[in-house]
Amino acid sequence: MDVSGQYRTPLSRARGLGSAKEGVHRFIAERATAIALVPLSLWAVYAVLRVAPVGYEGAVNLLQSPVNAVLAVLLIAVSCAHMEAGMRVIIEDYVQKHGPKIALLLLNAGVCWLGGALGVFSILKVALLGVGA
Amino acid sequence: MPLSPHLQVWRWHVTMAASIFTRATGVALYVGLFVVVGWAASLATGPGSYDLFMVVMASWLGKLVLFGLSLSIFYHLAAGLRHLAFDSGRGFEPKTADMTAVICIAFALVATVAVWILAYFIGAV
Repeated sequence: MDVSGQYRTPLSRARGLGSAKEGVHRFIAERATAIALVPLSLWAVYAVLRVAPVGYEGAVNLLQSPVNAVLAVLLIAVSCAHMEAGMRVIIEDYVQKHGPKIALLLLNAGVCWLGGALGVFSILKVALLGVGA
Repeated sequence: MPLSPHLQVWRWHVTMAASIFTRATGVALYVGLFVVVGWAASLATGPGSYDLFMVVMASWLGKLVLFGLSLSIFYHLAAGLRHLAFDSGRGFEPKTADMTAVICIAFALVATVAVWILAYFIGAV
């Protein structure tokens, strides 16, 4: 029986086998969405300050402007893509068991896509149909 | 079992705090996006649900959540730029890494306080 394997680190077992040959796009996508969120998150702070004092009709008016509607849609869509990527890394770091890891990754993706779809739909509904639609 | 130095045997350090804050604020903003989605969904539902949403956000607890989210946005923004520099291979010298960690934390605090002062003066609080 080969007992030497028990004492080898995962790194030494993986050494020489090369990279996983996939996954680079996830690394790039997380950073690309991060760059996009620099202006989008600053706009979000500005939008919250605009929306806080004005009430229902003021908020609808804000989203009737195409610039605000498009930026709100982008904020929600890009945020969901970025947070799906970020939470994926956290799950992969802390959850070792294969089954629970897959379950959490699917839950993460589901929550992000559901939130993103609901948010984008809501923004578009207000932007296109306006008050009392 | 952990094969690398474990959290318990590490001396506290500002770069370690910066790293933990980056992840923690990321998780906070994950939850925060659902506050934004809740805002959009209540607005799309109508004035009744929107007013209810805004009353909840204007409450003591709602303001606390918004304060935490504003702090998280500014910290995660600064830390994200710091990590983009790391990804390009820059900023790893211990002195530089310490300094940028302190800058990120200071920026988050100053920007958050500034935004809340601004919010107070324009009647948004």
